[in-house]
Amino acid sequence: MEMIRMEKISKIYPGTVALDGVDFTLNKKEIVSLLGENGAGKTTLMKILYGMTPPSSGEIYYNGQPVKFKRPLDAIEKGICMVHQHFMLVPAFTIIENIITGNEPGSSMFLDMKKAREEVKDLISKFHFNLDPDTKVEKLSVGEQQRVEILKVLYRKADVIILDEPTAVLTPQEVNDLFVILRRLRDDGKSIIIITHKLKETKAIADRVVVLRDGHLVIDDVNPSDTTTKQLSEMMVGREVNLDTRKPAKNIGDICLKVSNLKVEEDDKEKIKNISFNVRHGEILGIAGVEGNGQTQLLEALTGLIEQNAKEITLDGKKLNGNSAQFLKAGIGHIPEDRLSMGLVKEMSIMENLILGYHRERDFCTRHGILLKKNIFNYAKSLKEKFLIKAPSVEVAASSLSGGNQQKIIIARAFSRNPKAIIIAHPTRGVDIGAIEYIHEQLLELRDKGAAILLVSADLDEVRKLSDRILVLYEGKIVSESMPGELDEIEMGLLMTGGHTMVEEGNQC
Amino acid sequence: MLNNLESAKKMEVRNSFINSFLALVFSLLLGAIFIWVCGYSPIESYKAIIGVSLGTVKGFALSLSQATPLMFTGLSFALAYRVRMINTGAEGQLYAGAMAAALVGAYVHNLPSPIHILLAFGAAFIAGGLVALLVAAAKVYLKSNEITMTLMLNNIIILFTSYLANGPLKPAGSGVGQTERIDDSAKLMKLIPQTQLTIAIFVVIIVAVILQYILHKTVFGYEIKVTGLNLRGAYVAGINVGKTYLLTFALSGAVAGLGGAAMVLGVNYRFIEGFSSGYGFSGISIAALAAYSPIGVILSAFLIGILKAGTITLNRTTSIPVEFVDVIQVLVIIFVAAPTLIRAILNKFKKIKELTNKQKHGGEAI
Repeated sequence: MEMIRMEKISKIYPGTVALDGVDFTLNKKEIVSLLGENGAGKTTLMKILYGMTPPSSGEIYYNGQPVKFKRPLDAIEKGICMVHQHFMLVPAFTIIENIITGNEPGSSMFLDMKKAREEVKDLISKFHFNLDPDTKVEKLSVGEQQRVEILKVLYRKADVIILDEPTAVLTPQEVNDLFVILRRLRDDGKSIIIITHKLKETKAIADRVVVLRDGHLVIDDVNPSDTTTKQLSEMMVGREVNLDTRKPAKNIGDICLKVSNLKVEEDDKEKIKNISFNVRHGEILGIAGVEGNGQTQLLEALTGLIEQNAKEITLDGKKLNGNSAQFLKAGIGHIPEDRLSMGLVKEMSIMENLILGYHRERDFCTRHGILLKKNIFNYAKSLKEKFLIKAPSVEVAASSLSGGNQQKIIIARAFSRNPKAIIIAHPTRGVDIGAIEYIHEQLLELRDKGAAILLVSADLDEVRKLSDRILVLYEGKIVSESMPGELDEIEMGLLMTGGHTMVEEGNQC
Repeated sequence: MLNNLESAKKMEVRNSFINSFLALVFSLLLGAIFIWVCGYSPIESYKAIIGVSLGTVKGFALSLSQATPLMFTGLSFALAYRVRMINTGAEGQLYAGAMAAALVGAYVHNLPSPIHILLAFGAAFIAGGLVALLVAAAKVYLKSNEITMTLMLNNIIILFTSYLANGPLKPAGSGVGQTERIDDSAKLMKLIPQTQLTIAIFVVIIVAVILQYILHKTVFGYEIKVTGLNLRGAYVAGINVGKTYLLTFALSGAVAGLGGAAMVLGVNYRFIEGFSSGYGFSGISIAALAAYSPIGVILSAFLIGILKAGTITLNRTTSIPVEFVDVIQVLVIIFVAAPTLIRAILNKFKKIKELTNKQKHGGEAI
């Protein structure tokens, strides 16, 4: 039975056509994966359905009736709810309080907590959510928080649930748990749309795959079970891609970056508990782990951004001290965790961003601190060509570029200053497949030139593909060191969540 | 697609200009209502104001001399804002600079005029700079808030200089709180006789050009930009953020201090208690109207100067209250700070226009 039909939806933003006559249907009791690269229009399509933005043209039918949603509330009233990628929960509130916020039962003056608790408890047991409704949200893992978000939409009597990149922050186990829940919801009669660019997961969960590319509908009735991930990725990108082959290091040299007894405390909590490791020239050391297990602190310690409580970091035998300026100068490149808040100044031009952090070097300014605009311009132009940064000129603001091209600016900047070692965090987060392919190639090329690379990524596939050695970070400790291929995905996933014991505990509560 | 990006960028630049321009237009329109409520004809009044300010030599000179202190404080606010610090202390820094210049002007003798003037400006620069540096240091090392600090410090400085002017520095026989008259060698040369227009206008234009140069052509300016636009990014890039705050804010205070010196050396020839009619705070609207560009500050201050000079002159014959200019300035702040408000107003107009168009077309069809 047809739940939603969107007909000839177009959305034109000043200067760009985000969607061009896209048809989309959703049936009852169905999980549809909406697949496409960043900028393909999948989020825009869902925003239109959810009433966050009006379409430029086109019609939406819900249960056969034409509808016009002016704001999300209109969509929610009809039972169309969205679980956003970034959770919107109040950490200090309990699960119950979070769920009823904005939809409190009882009269306008008084809360009927008893009724609320019963309803929430019913939902939890009905769908086997394994949550205690009186736990505070701040105590929950990311996967559990996501379940609370789903509970929230169920509590609002959602019939259609849109999930925006639901697996981006989850471990493999949590992804499986989520999928179990989603199947249960479907069997109960809900319709689910998953916005994603992950192919493996699409294959695992979707009943039907809809692929968008550049604002056009490519195909809307792919049966995932008789399609390979390679075929899916080609539909998405529009050409052949190669993401899976590993290229192991050939010449691993001497120890370059050596970290001994690193401890980092933050808010009186030990975030990094006395860890030691080294990275050799010509080697990529991958750090796998669920976000929030000390990666941020490790990265900050290794780039001079925070004071370490106890540490010794040496680069080619020389002790490193001081702040980020000294670390950069010593030859430690840095691809920061969050490209917009740490890596770029989005209002500034590409050219200005390409020298950020290196702007005091003699290539770019005189001894008296006058910027050499011409040198900078030429330098930027050559990097733009070399790193295939797609932009009309180096003078446009970084904010006008796509995520992939913004990331290329950061990579071009760090890779072009001959770093001895380079600290890389989530290099391909939110970047489309074409750019991922390119960034991976560049990384391997830098490694083969002899740089020592430390790669922290939340994407386990990425770590497994690129690394020559993999450490697993769990609660600030290194819990495993392995060669690629030595451990499979499930084993790594278990280590990332603290081993078998944690999983059993998780099932009990 | 790529061409669209480029035009989008151009649009951005144009947008900030258009925003300022529209803010000014809306302010003048609302100001017109204010004039009308006071019982005058807005069109006649604006005509008269512009006629006086731009049509006569004296009026033009008055416009510039009225604008001069605003240029200094506007530059001061704009510069600090580039690192996203709010310098509500320009008023205090202005008083500190004025007092320093008055002391050098009155108590250092027997200097050739250019050196005496330079020395007085220098003292004002340092006085304003030190006051601001204190605030910036408290922000950097003690994490205090610069707005509260500067506002409190304003009172301290204004009252302290007031005490000096009424106590130890008061000339014998003077009825009001003021200091000794400065030496002739410290007085700024008048550009047009019998006006208050002095070479101070050149000083402030030079300061604006230097600031523009610093902001756009130097490493220091680059670091100011990065720190102001993305603080976390500045740390990651190894920029000494604390130093950038200290230097920028001190420079901002120093520029306000120069404004005080300009008033003492060019207009009053001594420090007079309460000489500023809120120049420090007017600087905020001047800077906002200029989209925080130094050269823009010169232009926007001149615009306000035109309004001020016009109303002052007219005030002698008719009686449009001078406060009307303050009203315009406040409106400018509101509109610049709320570009969405302007956009909403414009959209309303557009919709009304569309509706009337539709109705017209509809009528034709029938």
